[in-house]
Amino acid sequence: MSKIVSKHTVSVLVDNEPGVLARVIGLISGRGYNIDSLTVAEVDAEKHISRITIVAPGTEQTVNKMISQLQRIVPVKRAANVTFEKQGIEREMALVKIVSTGEKRLESMRLSDVFRARVIDTTHDSFVFELNGSPRKIDAFIDLMKPLGLSEVSRTGVVAIARGTERM
Amino acid sequence: MVNIHMTGAQMVLKAFEDHQVDTIFGYPGGAVLPIYDELAKERDTNQPIRHYLVRHEQGASHSAEGYARSSGKVGVMLVTSGPGVTNSVTGLTDAMMDSIPIVCISGQVPTHLIGTDAFQECDAVGITRPCTKHNWLVKDIDDLSRILHEAFYVASSGRPGPVLVDIPKDIQFQTGTYIGPETVKHKSYRPKLKANIDQIDDALKLITNAEKPIFYTGGGVINSGNAAVQLLREFVRLTGFPITSTLQGLGAYPGDDSQFIGMLGMHGTYEANMAMNECDLMINIGARFDDRITGKIDEFSPNSKKIHIDIDPSSINKIVKVDVPLIGDVAHVLEDSIKLWKSKVYKINKAPLKEWWKTIDKWKEIDSLKYTNDKNTIKPQYAIQRLYELTKDKDVFVTTEVGQHQMWAAQYYKFNKPNRWITSGGLGTMGFGLPAAIGAQVAHPDKLVIDIAGEASILMCIQEMSTALQHKLPVKIFIINNQYMGMVRQWQELLHDKRYSHSYTDALPDFVKLAEAYGAKGIRAQKPHELDKAINEMIEYDGPVIFDCVVEQNENVFPMIPSGKAHNEMLLGDETEKEEISDEGKVLV
Repeated sequence: MSKIVSKHTVSVLVDNEPGVLARVIGLISGRGYNIDSLTVAEVDAEKHISRITIVAPGTEQTVNKMISQLQRIVPVKRAANVTFEKQGIEREMALVKIVSTGEKRLESMRLSDVFRARVIDTTHDSFVFELNGSPRKIDAFIDLMKPLGLSEVSRTGVVAIARGTERM
Repeated sequence: MVNIHMTGAQMVLKAFEDHQVDTIFGYPGGAVLPIYDELAKERDTNQPIRHYLVRHEQGASHSAEGYARSSGKVGVMLVTSGPGVTNSVTGLTDAMMDSIPIVCISGQVPTHLIGTDAFQECDAVGITRPCTKHNWLVKDIDDLSRILHEAFYVASSGRPGPVLVDIPKDIQFQTGTYIGPETVKHKSYRPKLKANIDQIDDALKLITNAEKPIFYTGGGVINSGNAAVQLLREFVRLTGFPITSTLQGLGAYPGDDSQFIGMLGMHGTYEANMAMNECDLMINIGARFDDRITGKIDEFSPNSKKIHIDIDPSSINKIVKVDVPLIGDVAHVLEDSIKLWKSKVYKINKAPLKEWWKTIDKWKEIDSLKYTNDKNTIKPQYAIQRLYELTKDKDVFVTTEVGQHQMWAAQYYKFNKPNRWITSGGLGTMGFGLPAAIGAQVAHPDKLVIDIAGEASILMCIQEMSTALQHKLPVKIFIINNQYMGMVRQWQELLHDKRYSHSYTDALPDFVKLAEAYGAKGIRAQKPHELDKAINEMIEYDGPVIFDCVVEQNENVFPMIPSGKAHNEMLLGDETEKEEISDEGKVLV
């Protein structure tokens, strides 16, 4: 099996009950895996099902082992690898604050247009942009903003879903 | 079912009654006093719950395991908050690793004190989260009966395991509505019992075409129950294939049957490991490709197709990639397999199978369990062989501690029935054997229960002697005494140039006097010729016995697959000097 370490996106459907998030992340950290990002929210209000999306670095083999272990948790209904390369769609939202004036401020405005970011707050010396997209797109935007007065970033972490008719 | 109003403490006892629990192991303390109070009130009723007072909560957890494993029922334990819970952690982890159904009820400080670092408060669900199959903190009296029923359901269904229900003291006092178990259904946990019939057909086709097949069976067969054991025996005889077993699976198939080629794995027989290495079809039934079984994973059974029956979907392809996964309960899958086999024209490949048996018989001739006996000192293997010969006509339950004696017991004591062999395999818990023997004796008061022990392990839970005496449980503790932590010493000899770092016990107690101090009988054997008479004396004594069997100190367990080696690189007893263990192997455990 492949020894290449890459980022994997894992979706986990769970019964939304007390302690379930602690069970999932406790298992991941307890077995020595790392987490790059984590999102969680209820997705079925009637059945009380939550969806947890985890981005974890690892080889194909270690991530498969992690998924196997996750499936043993009683309130976990399903767990699957929904990485981009495996026909998954990944999206993330970021709030990016720029503090600058003059030409730098204008340039940040122009670039935000290219990325289809929205301005959701502004003063004479600052912008807060809202940006949606793949994690790679958000990384690129943040890199571009660094010389233009990047002050602060807040990201939601990745949410993901499979393409086409397939469901978890 | 009429809903009844009662206190939380009464609900616990009512749930025990509804789940046919008549035996619990426990230790009282501040946070469980309301439940103990109910036990006292109940004592005068027709069928009071039998409570076995242990001397340490670790003892309660292993006793519950011994009870569960020897009876097929759920083991139940009751402990207090704080240290009561933390002392139980070893046993819960042990039950988790070996898939044993345990329900642990723990007291907790009152809800308004949770999070205040109150006296004897600990985060019980946090601490036990990774070592239970599931756990619950009860924060509302109206959730209690549902949670108790779910706890029994989760512990005993699917791949069994330990669960913990943490009940704050105020909840035990509060009054609420008790709901009966028949109305409670877990909202999502539904293990799959029957395998896909097309996949069973695929498996049977592989069996038809196999030339060098082997059954590799594990504890899952025993967990599945007596029907699974009978079906396994039928299926194995139907095919005529050789069968090997993991440590936990011993007894599912008769140990003295001609198709059984011994235990496999690190200390398995030569023929079992060679057959695993060279087979062209492996039929894994209720085993999990543990590292003690596979040896070096890259060279594990390189040329075989693999069928894997397991109730836990996460076991499939976790370590070894298999060709036909059959997810379901062993009994259900075997029943369907046998039905299908009989209804269609599947045939065994007889001529190659005969050749395969010839090859296996050649491997058998190596006689990998042979050892050199001695006139003056008792060889540990000899001691266990004599113990077996002198007890084999009885229905004996054997527990063990962990180490060399455990492996020798697995190699030289033959089991013909399931649930008779109770050993800590996954976690490898020293101190397991005595409390587990107590649990087995409680489940089978009239049977002979022997803890085959080492002198180091036995000291880890020796306090349970007091439990055995109080409850008149005539367990026999057969100590293979070589004054060393034998398995540690063996690894130091083979891997660390004989630097015996802290593996020798300099100040052992006099085990005969120790037995007498507890009010039990002590027996010592030092010479081979004394052994039979002493063993008979132990068997005949009506009460607990500590048997101090003084054995050769430097004996090692063979055969042995050294860490990081493959099945066909076994060490046999006479070859050890030649072999070097690689640096890669040394870092493995």
